[in-house]
Amino acid sequence: MSGVDVAGRTGHRRLAVGQVAGDRRRAWPWPRVTLTALAAAACLVPFLLEPYRVFQLTMVLVHGIALLGLNLLVGHGGRVSLGHGAFLAVGAYGSAIMTTSLGVPYPLTLPVCALVTFGAGLALGRPALRLSGPYLAVVTFAVAVVVPLVIKRFGAVTGGSMGLSTPVPVAPSWTGLADDQWLYLLVLAVAVGAFAVARNLVESRAGRALAAGRENPAAAEVLGVRLDSHRTLAFGWSAMYAGVAGTLYAWVVGFVSPDSFTVTLSVVLLAAVVVGGPGSLLGPLLGGAFITFVPAVAQRAGDALPGIVSGVLIVVVVCFAPTGLAGLLRMAAGAVTRRTGRG
Amino acid sequence: MRETAASTAPRVPARSVSRPVVRHATRPVIRPVIRPVIRTAASAALALVLALPLAGCRLTDEDDVLPAGACAGQQVTGIDEDTIRVGGIYPLSGPASAYGLIASGARAYFGHVNEEGGVDGRKIEFVVRDDGYQPARAVEEARRLVELEEVFAIFQTVGTPSTAAVRDYADRRRVPQVFAATGASRWGTDREHPWTIGYQPSYVAEARVYAQYLKETLPAATVAVLYQNDDFGRDLRDGFADAVRGSGVRIVAEQSYEVTDPGVQGQVANLAASGADVLLSVTTPKFGAQALAVDAAVTSWNPLHIINSVAVAPAVMASVDTGKVREIVSAVYQKDAADPEQADDPAVAAYRGSLRRYAPEADPAAQQAMFGWTAAQAFVQALRRMECPTREGLREAVRRLDDVPVDTLMPGITLSTGPDDGFPIESMMLARFAEGRWASFGDVIDTRAAFGPVRTAGSSG
Repeated sequence: MSGVDVAGRTGHRRLAVGQVAGDRRRAWPWPRVTLTALAAAACLVPFLLEPYRVFQLTMVLVHGIALLGLNLLVGHGGRVSLGHGAFLAVGAYGSAIMTTSLGVPYPLTLPVCALVTFGAGLALGRPALRLSGPYLAVVTFAVAVVVPLVIKRFGAVTGGSMGLSTPVPVAPSWTGLADDQWLYLLVLAVAVGAFAVARNLVESRAGRALAAGRENPAAAEVLGVRLDSHRTLAFGWSAMYAGVAGTLYAWVVGFVSPDSFTVTLSVVLLAAVVVGGPGSLLGPLLGGAFITFVPAVAQRAGDALPGIVSGVLIVVVVCFAPTGLAGLLRMAAGAVTRRTGRG
Repeated sequence: MRETAASTAPRVPARSVSRPVVRHATRPVIRPVIRPVIRTAASAALALVLALPLAGCRLTDEDDVLPAGACAGQQVTGIDEDTIRVGGIYPLSGPASAYGLIASGARAYFGHVNEEGGVDGRKIEFVVRDDGYQPARAVEEARRLVELEEVFAIFQTVGTPSTAAVRDYADRRRVPQVFAATGASRWGTDREHPWTIGYQPSYVAEARVYAQYLKETLPAATVAVLYQNDDFGRDLRDGFADAVRGSGVRIVAEQSYEVTDPGVQGQVANLAASGADVLLSVTTPKFGAQALAVDAAVTSWNPLHIINSVAVAPAVMASVDTGKVREIVSAVYQKDAADPEQADDPAVAAYRGSLRRYAPEADPAAQQAMFGWTAAQAFVQALRRMECPTREGLREAVRRLDDVPVDTLMPGITLSTGPDDGFPIESMMLARFAEGRWASFGDVIDTRAAFGPVRTAGSSG
């Protein structure tokens, strides 16, 4: 009970577990000011930018939520999934089918899809996570391959390869917001919730058990950590995040088709986790920005360039910044802190 | 990796072991974690409340509308006295990137028009975006074109899925989505999306052309159909079945394949067993080539081989052993720049010249480039016929085309639409493949006159 009042000892409210364990890296000295500024900026953005930019930022948040989930598995759990595109598909199609064929109001589709994908993640995670390394990659890869084909097969429900148009959420008139602003704020709210939950999860006992399992499974088991159940749960959580992201995707884009959820998407998601910074909370958001902006910017330079530019950037980041963009930011923050003599 | 690992992973053995129970260690950590979250949420809520008065307003302008005059209240975004901004979404990358050449053809024609003074003094700015043949990306690009580039209209989306995906967005934003490059019959029959219109002869119209030809030349023909099992394949097959109903032409065998199948050898072999007089190949280029190869290889069965125009590509025809296939027939509606007989045609010459100048990367012999050129010409004709220079004006104009001639269409084929008729081209000619090139024969078959308007889309609805 005693002796763990670390907050009091270092004078920082926010305490990384790593600091207890001897992490001597300097932390950013103004977390509260920065967070408040970011929150204010995030809320003001839809009123300052053109609708298309707001749409892009909404997509960054949607991708960020999916990556946040994948990061739980990859960054914190040390397990690779090549199948998260499939959970996105389940979330997106779940929402699309519910709103079009069943006439369910769109806010209801979010919890339903979250539950469904959580269940699917648990069901798949249970057997799959007993495997490791390449075997796990192959199993999840198979899921990513099969799901678009299944969607095409059941064309009567899913619209087949033609896809499904779904109604886009309309801003309630009392808000006076434009639709894209409303959608952005909606997604922002979900994203804030998702980040809060992920953060608590990572810094809780379960999160540390997960990390312990990643670092040294044998030692963790000796200490009484039940790795299987922790990993299965983590898979379920990460599938749920992907499902939520899928649902939001359907709301934002207003159209779902099997071609949007191919194996490529799963691979891109995994690459974005690595680029953003595995195991960090900010990483997924940076990864989301990477997915959204890099192809769009690269296309300005030439027609066939986006693929090449993304590929080269991924290689560069992995070679020169193995902790990802979040790691780079952290280094920059550290440099600032040293310069100013705080922290 | 070292850094990241350290941030989340306590060195479990060293310290935790010395502390008796892990659970106790967690408690003080969780609480301080939650508080900033609450704080963040509170500040976010506060910011939101402060921001709400701003709701509805933003620093950027809304869509422009005409304030007064006969066209008052209509949208004039992307059009002014000097320019018209037009956006196109093409698969420049991905599996269907061959269709990217359509953009080159269109760009060449717009360059040609601008050089001659533009459309009623307005120069056309053509903004091309890539959707990789993915419908969801097409929606994103459509948003980009409409909301960021502020285009006047979306001239062309390519492929049925992308067009279907953009259609709802275009309708919501009230932006004309003009002359989509797809032959699905649904664009013409869909009353709920007045902002979207197709261009090329629908698959149903093409099916009717073949049916008409068979009824006239082989009135008791038996037909074997090979079709791609998707909207495109079923649209054409159903159209054909409808068109031959009640005549002596009968379908005696059908085989379908999936786009993901490796080949159609088995299907064609099954069709050969039927011994039909005609093989109708409703395929895309790769499978069309395979069907031709199998037809050539099966010596016991020599049907008249009808190949739909979608499958006709130079590479497909180059691989055909014409000596072993009895007769290959397809339908055409635009001039063929690769045909030496049409080399002297002034329209084709202008096309070749402009393409060399404005899109040197494109091969003038490619059907797709000619397609883009011809469609762009149709688009400019529609722009010239706008009564109001507005988005609404364009929407009206494309549905009020009255035998509008386009010089790179086959002689006798014109553009016609009406309030209830969303199919600009419904006439085609037959062409026979001989000596390494297509030669058109017979008269223009006007399916509208022979069969009446297309009422419903194929089974796809």
